[in-house]
Amino acid sequence: MSLKAFHVVFVTVATLLAMGVGVWCLRIRESGYVPIGMVSIGVAVALVVYGVWFLRKMKGVSYL
Amino acid sequence: MASAHSIDDVIPYTVAPREDTGLNNVKLGIWLFLASEVMLFGALFAGYLLLRVGATDWPEGRTYLSVPWAFTNTLVLISSSVTMVMAWASLIRKDLGKYRLWMGLTVLGGFGFLIIKYIEYSSKFHHGYFPETNTFLAIYFTLTALHGLHVISGMAVNGYLLGPGTKMWQTEPQRFTNRVEAAGLFWHFVDLVWIFLFPILYLL
Repeated sequence: MSLKAFHVVFVTVATLLAMGVGVWCLRIRESGYVPIGMVSIGVAVALVVYGVWFLRKMKGVSYL
Repeated sequence: MASAHSIDDVIPYTVAPREDTGLNNVKLGIWLFLASEVMLFGALFAGYLLLRVGATDWPEGRTYLSVPWAFTNTLVLISSSVTMVMAWASLIRKDLGKYRLWMGLTVLGGFGFLIIKYIEYSSKFHHGYFPETNTFLAIYFTLTALHGLHVISGMAVNGYLLGPGTKMWQTEPQRFTNRVEAAGLFWHFVDLVWIFLFPILYLL
């Protein structure tokens, strides 16, 4: 597995974590956690956009 | 006389991939090493799980730990993985200047992570929280300290590849690119471990 493939796995897991942290923080409803939750969901969206951009940019590089 | 031959003539598959596996030595070596790392952290994660299910009372992580600091550290490590892969991509595009920039940012990310970890640890010690305080803190310090050592190791390798190791680019650019890829795989693994540590220690 090349760094390209591992990076795709990493970005996928990081996106899931960011979404999970976002939901966790918003469900707690304590002051201080709501902004973190919103930032985290924003990070999840940014990671999806970045992931698509990365795959397009590295099209010619092998997954092996 | 040796300089007339490529390194692959002396030790096969150092640069070029082996035909049947499609892997060169550095990639096979780093993945074997990462497999041993999975076993090391896997054993500790299993230890955490057994201690937790066997405990009559287990504290919520946020009663002892700072979620905002850990969240910031998570963002720092995710960013440093992005800069690491950009450093490798710069070498594929034969742009050593951009490589230096991205690799420098990766090393800085590692420093940032360690500074935040130092602040977190200092705060715990200031409040009288030590590994011997309770089982939760014992496993917290064990896992995060071991992870911190891996961050330091990754920074040492990345620092070498940013400094003296760059000389190889002039003579064997493909071999240097492969080395950076191997360092990138290790750095991603270390970051991936943190992505599992953060929720199980701080949130659950």
